[in-house]
Amino acid sequence: MDMTTPLVEMRDISIAFGGIKAVDGASVDLHAGEVVGLLGHNGAGKSTLIKILSGAYKADAGEIRVSGEPVAISSPRDAKKHGIETIYQTLALADNVDAAANIFLGRELLTPWLTLDDATMESETRKVMGRLNPHFRRFKEPVKALSGGQRQSVAIARAIYFNARVLIMDEPTAALGPAETKQVAELILELKKQGIGIFLISHDLHDVFDLADRVSVMKNGRVVGTARVADVTQDEVLGMIISGKCPAGATPGPGALRG
Amino acid sequence: MTETAPASATPAQESPAQARSLADRMREIEVDPRMIGMVAALAVIWLGFNWLSGGAFLTPRNLWNLLVQTASIAVMACGMVLVIVTRNIDLSVGSMLGFVGMVVGLVQVRLLPEIWGFEHPLTWIVSLTVAIGLGGMLGMFQGALIAYLAIPSFIVTLGGLLVWRGAAWWVTQGQTIAPMDSRFRPLGGGIEGAIGTGASWAIGLVICGLILAGIVLARRRRRRFGFALRPLWAEGLVAGVACGAVLVTVAIANAYPLPAGIARRLTEAKGLVWPPGGLFIGHGLAVPVLLALAVGVAITFLTTRLRFGRYVFAIGGNPEAAQLSGVNTRKVLTLVYGLMGALVGISACISTARLNAATNSAGQLDELYVIAAAVIGGTSLAGGVGTIAGAMLGALVMQSLQSGMVLIGVDTPLQNIVVGLVLVVAVWLDGIYRKRLG
Repeated sequence: MDMTTPLVEMRDISIAFGGIKAVDGASVDLHAGEVVGLLGHNGAGKSTLIKILSGAYKADAGEIRVSGEPVAISSPRDAKKHGIETIYQTLALADNVDAAANIFLGRELLTPWLTLDDATMESETRKVMGRLNPHFRRFKEPVKALSGGQRQSVAIARAIYFNARVLIMDEPTAALGPAETKQVAELILELKKQGIGIFLISHDLHDVFDLADRVSVMKNGRVVGTARVADVTQDEVLGMIISGKCPAGATPGPGALRG
Repeated sequence: MTETAPASATPAQESPAQARSLADRMREIEVDPRMIGMVAALAVIWLGFNWLSGGAFLTPRNLWNLLVQTASIAVMACGMVLVIVTRNIDLSVGSMLGFVGMVVGLVQVRLLPEIWGFEHPLTWIVSLTVAIGLGGMLGMFQGALIAYLAIPSFIVTLGGLLVWRGAAWWVTQGQTIAPMDSRFRPLGGGIEGAIGTGASWAIGLVICGLILAGIVLARRRRRRFGFALRPLWAEGLVAGVACGAVLVTVAIANAYPLPAGIARRLTEAKGLVWPPGGLFIGHGLAVPVLLALAVGVAITFLTTRLRFGRYVFAIGGNPEAAQLSGVNTRKVLTLVYGLMGALVGISACISTARLNAATNSAGQLDELYVIAAAVIGGTSLAGGVGTIAGAMLGALVMQSLQSGMVLIGVDTPLQNIVVGLVLVVAVWLDGIYRKRLG
């Protein structure tokens, strides 16, 4: 797998906010059909790094390549153009409008008279939601009336409807109960089978070890190291997160503690 | 994922026969219960004033004037809904109306006559275009300050309130400009601004036809996709109420007779003999009322059928989400203020024409009435929620209160007290409603 050109490569990415380097020379990559877990404490820079890929922030330095081609991503629209979709931790839903309006927000389907084609959008929403959450019925209600799991389905539907090649999931299970968490896990495996590359950001080591093929650990804005989950133990990864110590099974990054 | 209802084979088979609350039933026929509450409140106000004034309120004459007086605020309230839905505010509309009105007066009484002479047939349309263009530009400017420089809208438009009022004085150093062009004056209502009974019936019937066509088309489209349809009785009820309201309005406007002298002049101008007992010639609908309705329909279309409106509401619901979805939130916000300004331009023409003079104090306190109309009409100051129809009804409620109090001889200070209290109570009730049923 590592021999092929990665689907996404982020090389030496840096960004600073008011003089503080939130991300400092970080490099990560992702292959088609692969799940890469991004781990680190709060403030380690993992969410910021991923927001650069999704177009919410613009990097000060570094390069992003999609299928080997360097690309410029300066807005969420650019990212979506390259098939990079994001499910944010906050879900980023407009609470006052219905599921269809959220799924198609910014990419509305129009009739030949350039008016909103709500009927087609609702029909498509019924199809995609039927796949993700067959019991979902509340198509006409604002999403604030929905349960946490239903809202999560809407956010996921928005990300996968437009044929994403790269999916970024920021703490996708943080607000969910055990049954719903299991459902998200199944979905991740299903999407992986379809050849979608997934960046999974999580606090939960168990989750990541169950789902990810590789993990990259960040600390203080730098990558401590990257490892295949088969080559490291959970304790070793915990050590990377807490002390920045890179174990033998991992490839050290610039943030690794030097002995 | 938490719902336990069994999956049905097709979406059309949903809506099981379970016990349903009144609110659910209303949602099913897609009627907003709050709208019904507002109509009920309006009915109470009208009947109350009619009783207190000994039957003077519910007369064709009073209702005709009430609608004309509502027009200017109603037009601006349409724009204010969009502004408030995006979690912003516009305090400058009254002052901007004063300034735009002065410029319109200057254009048609001082500038255009120098080129074309007085009473040129194009003067009125040039004036209206200038008003809409100028208002739109001023609005966009304020919107750009809010969207691109991130200055709070409260501050930008508070500044606008002072700046435009001062500018209104500056246009003529405080002089009033009058009279207006005779083709411009119908925009403000009055006898010249009444379109006559025949044309009113024609317009009323056309509107009814459009309402019915709209309902049939919407139903056909929903059927094509196999979505749940409203029950037929509900469609009939909605169609009947809407068409009935239109036709009753026309009938009332037509029942308000022109003054005898003017009716006589009109009759004789047609070469007819003025009978000794006099003739009954009705006013018919007023131009400013039709203008306000047209604006209401256009902005409703904009908010519910076009992308722009969808973005406005999405920004109000969650600005960050809208931006992360690729919506250009700054551009949308600038355009919202531009639209607000353009509507102020229309209202400036209505008020100037109605007064038949441009004065620098025109529109004073209008910002508060416009905001009050939007808020009484169910627009949430927290953003994301509001309807154009509600705001226009809100404007009618405000104007009904004021006209009614004038009619029964309440002093101005007490009028203000009542309007202020009603505003606060209305928002309180709306908040309770939202908590219970929202």
